[in-house]
Amino acid sequence: MKKINKTKVRHFFMGKNFNDGFIGRLAIYLLLIIIGFVYLYPLLKMFAYSIKDLEDLVNPTVQWIPTKIYLENYKVSFIVLNYGYTLVFSLLVTLVPAVLQTITTSLMGYALAKFKVRGRVILFAIILLTYLLPIQVYMIPRYVLFDQLGILETAWAIILPATFGQGLSSAIFILIFFQFFRMQPKALDESAEIDGANAYQTFIRIGVPLAGPAYLTAFLFSFVWYWNETYVSSLFIGSDLYTLQLKLFNFTSQFNTTQGLSEQALNEAIRYSATILIILPVLLVYVIMQKWFVEGIDRTGITGE
Amino acid sequence: MRKKVLKRKTRETLVAWSFMSIWAIGFLMFTMIPIFTSLYYSLSDVVLSGEGIVVTFSGFDNYVQIFSSAEGFNFLRSVLDFSIEILFKVPIITVFAIIIAVLLNQKIKARGFFRAIYFLPVIIASGPVISQLINQGAATIPVIEELGFINFINETFTEGLARPIGNVFSELIVILWFSGVQILLFIAALQKIDTATYEAAMIDGAGVWESFWKITIPSLSNMVLVSVVFTIINLATFSENEAIQHIKTNMFALETGFGFSSAIAWLYFLVLAVILAVFFLLFKGFSKDRGRR
Repeated sequence: MKKINKTKVRHFFMGKNFNDGFIGRLAIYLLLIIIGFVYLYPLLKMFAYSIKDLEDLVNPTVQWIPTKIYLENYKVSFIVLNYGYTLVFSLLVTLVPAVLQTITTSLMGYALAKFKVRGRVILFAIILLTYLLPIQVYMIPRYVLFDQLGILETAWAIILPATFGQGLSSAIFILIFFQFFRMQPKALDESAEIDGANAYQTFIRIGVPLAGPAYLTAFLFSFVWYWNETYVSSLFIGSDLYTLQLKLFNFTSQFNTTQGLSEQALNEAIRYSATILIILPVLLVYVIMQKWFVEGIDRTGITGE
Repeated sequence: MRKKVLKRKTRETLVAWSFMSIWAIGFLMFTMIPIFTSLYYSLSDVVLSGEGIVVTFSGFDNYVQIFSSAEGFNFLRSVLDFSIEILFKVPIITVFAIIIAVLLNQKIKARGFFRAIYFLPVIIASGPVISQLINQGAATIPVIEELGFINFINETFTEGLARPIGNVFSELIVILWFSGVQILLFIAALQKIDTATYEAAMIDGAGVWESFWKITIPSLSNMVLVSVVFTIINLATFSENEAIQHIKTNMFALETGFGFSSAIAWLYFLVLAVILAVFFLLFKGFSKDRGRR
């Protein structure tokens, strides 16, 4: 009797294998939580600091929990970033390219997946090459081209390449759509063709509706990557039309040139609050659509055959 | 009269190209022609004047200038730093991503929550946000500096090595932030492993540890390559990367200009290609080794 209990207890703690017993589980949870804390440490610190007032900031006994919630930092950042206007412009150069890039890359992915085109291998090689070739290599002629077209320092400089499937990480999205459309059963297309649908009708009536998850995933990633992009946009959009990210990049000079804040000194709490204001929109999207980001990669089959 | 019917194959080709036309036009206009133009710029003296751009062919002058001018040296030094850093960052990110993926692949509660946490940085890691975090000292665990780890590195290595290695450790957390996508890639690979394989191994007397090294790791090997390529490209094009900043600043500098900038961009691509090739060969050796055992 006692012996049975012993193995039961042992099983409970150690499991059949280490990882399904109590101790194994505990270890996994502890590891995930501790690493997770360290992983998010910069974020947590940022949140804690952004609601500190000057007193708390210099007080070494106040580390994580401020004595009071102080929102003045956010107010200052809001003014310095010119948040309302800049947000609208940032969304313009984020949402529009994201939508257009998703549409164009889906057309390309569909064509590669469904039709036997001669030179498909070459096309794939080209797409892969555009992924491996950093934009720095060809952005100078692009800059010259946009200058000649007169669209430098306008939103068009960001929107136009995206429209033609030459935007940020376009290659990845083409591959996502290719994988996804390839997995759709061919019989569906054939039956549509027998019913008299042409290729475009088949695409719109059958291809697109079934590819909802791929579209959403591509759009979300496109959105986030465009939101976070600063290298090219700082070159093409320039100094007149700032996006939120670029304002954050130049925060010190922005702060100094903003009128009516002369009695304030720039401190880390204000910087942190500005950073939080910048990540807030994508953070909100992530909280709502989190599942689509994380599972999207799986669902689109980009992870392999 | 009957309508002329095109051969099915011809028709399919036409339809396919109509789908691809937008991309194809874009590729020609915004990518292919710029690539060749950039190559030509890199071999030319490009002067901006009132009337526009004057491009005169000058052979390899720009490339010679990289190795003989202060601007060139600055660029070369940051490329060297980047190359050394990447040798550390890539293994750190890959190993971290595998560890987290294995942990997240266990049968635990709140798996979705943890997965969301570990993916979060991908959403917010933009150049300005990261540089704010680094500048305010929030990018690393305080312990690393308190234990004098950075000092240790400075004393142990020569100056050329100490700087990039010190950078790696003083930005450790933020470096791990670049592993979000890779974690998901590895989770997907882990889920493709047939559980029967583990059961068979268990019956043969293999423990968790042995199963991990003999089943889990080998089945991840293909994904490691994908993950390494993604990591390198991701780091190489990250906007705070000093090497690519040189390309932009030299564009409008008096002594240099578009020609010189194009030249260093191409040199940068060449270095990147070499780094990719090195990791590729290293990896091939690794998986061959595995196969033999």
